[in-house]
Amino acid sequence: MSNPVVSTHAGHQARSYPSRPEAVYFYGTCLVDMFVPEAGMDAITLLEREGIRVIFPDNQTCCGQPAFTSGFPEEARQVIASQLDLFPGDYPIVVPSGSCGGMIRWHWEKVIGDDAALQARAAAIAARTYEFAEFLLHVVGFSRKDEGPATTVTLHTSCSARREMGTHLVGRELLARLGNVTLAHHDHESECCGFGGTFSLKHPDISTAMVTDKVAALKATGASQLVTADCGCMLNITKRAAKEDLDAGRAKPSLPGEHLATFLLRRTGGKPAGDQQ
Amino acid sequence: MSHQPQQQSSGQPIAFVSAQALRARMHDAVNDPHLRQSFRGAMDFLMAKRAAQFPDQDELDSLRALSEGIRQYSLSKLPDLLEQLEANLTRNGVKVHWAETPDEANAIMLDIARRHSAKLIVKGKSMVSEEIEFNHAMEAAGVGALESDMGEYIVQLAGEKPSHIIMPAIHQTKQQIAKLFAEKIPGVDYTDNVDALIRIGRNVLRDKFESADIGLSGVNFAVAETGTLCLVENEGNGRMCTTVPKVHIAITGIEKIVEKLEHVAPLYSILTRSATGQAVSTYFNMISGPRKAGDKDGPEEVHLVLLDNGRSQAYADEQLRKTLQCIRCGACMNHCPVYTRIGGHAYGTTYPGPIGKIISPHLMGLEQTHLLATASSLCGACGEVCPVKIPIPELLIRLRGEANSAPHANPAMVGQGAAYDPKISFVWRMWARLYARPATYRAFSWLATRFRALTPRKQSGWTAARTPLQPASRRLRDMVKDRR
Amino acid sequence: MSARDRILTKLRAAQPAQPNAMPDLDAHYTPRVRGESKAERLARFRTGIESFHAEVHISSEADWPALLARLCADKQVATMLYGADTPAGQRLDQATFPATTLRPWSGQVEELKADLFHRVDAGFTQTRGAIAETGTLMLWSSEAEPRTLSLVPPIHFALLDADTIQPTFFDVLRTENWAAGLPTNALLISGPSKTADIQQTLAYGAHGPKELVVIVINAEGDAQ
Repeated sequence: MSNPVVSTHAGHQARSYPSRPEAVYFYGTCLVDMFVPEAGMDAITLLEREGIRVIFPDNQTCCGQPAFTSGFPEEARQVIASQLDLFPGDYPIVVPSGSCGGMIRWHWEKVIGDDAALQARAAAIAARTYEFAEFLLHVVGFSRKDEGPATTVTLHTSCSARREMGTHLVGRELLARLGNVTLAHHDHESECCGFGGTFSLKHPDISTAMVTDKVAALKATGASQLVTADCGCMLNITKRAAKEDLDAGRAKPSLPGEHLATFLLRRTGGKPAGDQQ
Repeated sequence: MSHQPQQQSSGQPIAFVSAQALRARMHDAVNDPHLRQSFRGAMDFLMAKRAAQFPDQDELDSLRALSEGIRQYSLSKLPDLLEQLEANLTRNGVKVHWAETPDEANAIMLDIARRHSAKLIVKGKSMVSEEIEFNHAMEAAGVGALESDMGEYIVQLAGEKPSHIIMPAIHQTKQQIAKLFAEKIPGVDYTDNVDALIRIGRNVLRDKFESADIGLSGVNFAVAETGTLCLVENEGNGRMCTTVPKVHIAITGIEKIVEKLEHVAPLYSILTRSATGQAVSTYFNMISGPRKAGDKDGPEEVHLVLLDNGRSQAYADEQLRKTLQCIRCGACMNHCPVYTRIGGHAYGTTYPGPIGKIISPHLMGLEQTHLLATASSLCGACGEVCPVKIPIPELLIRLRGEANSAPHANPAMVGQGAAYDPKISFVWRMWARLYARPATYRAFSWLATRFRALTPRKQSGWTAARTPLQPASRRLRDMVKDRR
Repeated sequence: MSARDRILTKLRAAQPAQPNAMPDLDAHYTPRVRGESKAERLARFRTGIESFHAEVHISSEADWPALLARLCADKQVATMLYGADTPAGQRLDQATFPATTLRPWSGQVEELKADLFHRVDAGFTQTRGAIAETGTLMLWSSEAEPRTLSLVPPIHFALLDADTIQPTFFDVLRTENWAAGLPTNALLISGPSKTADIQQTLAYGAHGPKELVVIVINAEGDAQ
């Protein structure tokens, strides 16, 4: 039984998008900064290739989500407060992660405390924060020629992208614009991969059961690779698949994965940052 | 203490379960392939049925917004509506009782039972009666309490507790039920034909409806303006319990109230469609009093027990109050990837699944429920399908905070600070210092990437099933600086 | 202080100063009004209730007792209980049922409980109306037609006038203003008793009637 939950709609109202700006702020997220920098770099390259100036505020650290979702709102508040000065202009803020984007868009204003002025600043930031893929599709209007060979990929959309940012159809649409790419949908596509931040550490049994099922469903599509716009899910899924490969003595990764930005860049004649290393 | 959730003895009240024991139960459940398979299949079935009931997204959005509005409106007038309900029920001839605790509720009902020298109480489905361990309290006092909902009957016969609020025996296969019936019901041979099994249950229970002294039921909606108790069901056992015995006792939480009769129309519709994917249930039973002069049947006495049991605590906090919007459809558990993998028994609470995680702390205190709020990836599937739009993930985060914070005066809930650990709090304080100071973070991340070879290969729960995480050799900010 | 007072005091202390605005039900229902004809409502009712395993027969004011007699014979109903003091009951009093003993309800339920549970094969009731949207019958209990009549016997025959089929439950509550006066028991019925409590397998005749047979009086005949 495939996709019993057909979610055509996020919990929040569909948003309207601005016209293509001269510049954007890029909020890379702490996970991308330290663990998957090439995904962030490729997203920046894609934006710059479209003629958009990308500003990378050097004082960016973290959206505060780990503390917030772990039940440490005061610690989250302190971190959020340190990030409110990063975006002085009125350019859109682009985030290569649905969950960090969702944190900024829906939770900063609530977590920042009772100070009305701070709340207003957080709300103003939230209003111009976009998940990278949604920005690329709806604001940039991405349409580049697919220069890659025919391939079949499978897509995982993070729960935050799906339910907080309402962008689960965006990844599909972007992939559909690549002429030689076939998207294979996996069983229980709308189900969580089991990452959930500290959930994966606090409840490893349940998290492992979820990610094991997710890996099996993704592999069952026969796709050559996984594409996702969230690095948390990507690390969870690919590191689980890698462990299965290790345990089975397979040298070749059975489920390689990369960020949507990296995939789009490579397919449309760009050079992904990771490939250069 | 047994860590086998499926073998939990029942009839026995839910005992205090430590976080450690709860963890062990979850571990056992998630590693039980039979349980995993049966819940996965059942949840897929229920999800598909629900989805088929809502082909029109606009209609669903509108109905959810309306249903949320009705529940919030009702809660905003809760004390007034309770008084109005009491006045109208009393006018209709229904006796209204109030109970702050399960013990008080059981004492009220036992008193009614004794007054009628009752030997047998036959029960329609009522999760509140589970919540107060009604069967146990009656049996301890020598009064029989027999479940008559087929699923509840099976669960009671097996000495278990319901594993789902709508489908209590969802964890049992028909073969297990066949074996159970053959063992426990005199004169019954093994058959795993479902029609035959239902016929067996029907025959046993019809005799009980005929002879029972008291019928007990829950309430789905209590209508203040008319003094009416509404019950939703498919089997007809609810009608039997509320019609045939001479006494009917209904028990409900104080939150299950609406002001206007017309408010039940949208709530009833979204309830059955969300719960089991039915356009409508077989019966919608609206009771406005006992047998009146001229009436030929119906109970001679009708009682309503209004139970608080922690609900007023949830009510006192604007955010936590949203838990009281619940209409008990169970859609959140049907769509929960955690519930799907551990089943209902592993939670150690009357109400399992996402809704159980947010209401149980009010009913039982945070001491024995704080771990539940952490057993969620916050994927949001529950909030997405909730027919009354309870922001379940947001409430889980709130409960994590209540559990983690150092105990303080005037806590919002009993057991606040139950998971407080000075060491963990210290770690998060350090984390905040690091990430709230960009220069410090830059130094830390520089070190972490340059010395990434020193990253530990064992990373707590992560590496049990995954290869280790290792920082990249260069940070995004380094790449950005060097670009072009 | 009593438990009642303590609960109400706690709630009052936390109650919002102003209640929320009254929910606007019309905003949901009015745009979804279908404006169906009587025939369309009947068709939708029929599709709905048949999908719940009920049997539907279209008849006329003149012919329905004969149809009922035939159905009783087909289903080998030896004894059927009904309420005599109703318009439909009076018709049954005059009708001929070759294969079935018609027994009018008399006295309190206690007097006929054993028969009701063990010796009556079918119960017959009128209905107050029906709901097209969901395929649902509406019954109000009365002195003439008590609650157990449609509950305990294994077969429930229900007589429905097609003119009384309304679009939705909401429409019923509004147009008939049920809030102004409900009977002891108002009931919506959508099919025979059922359960899916064993492995999600649907089985009929859980505790209530195993069969629900609806006879619709429709002056226009069988539109289908």
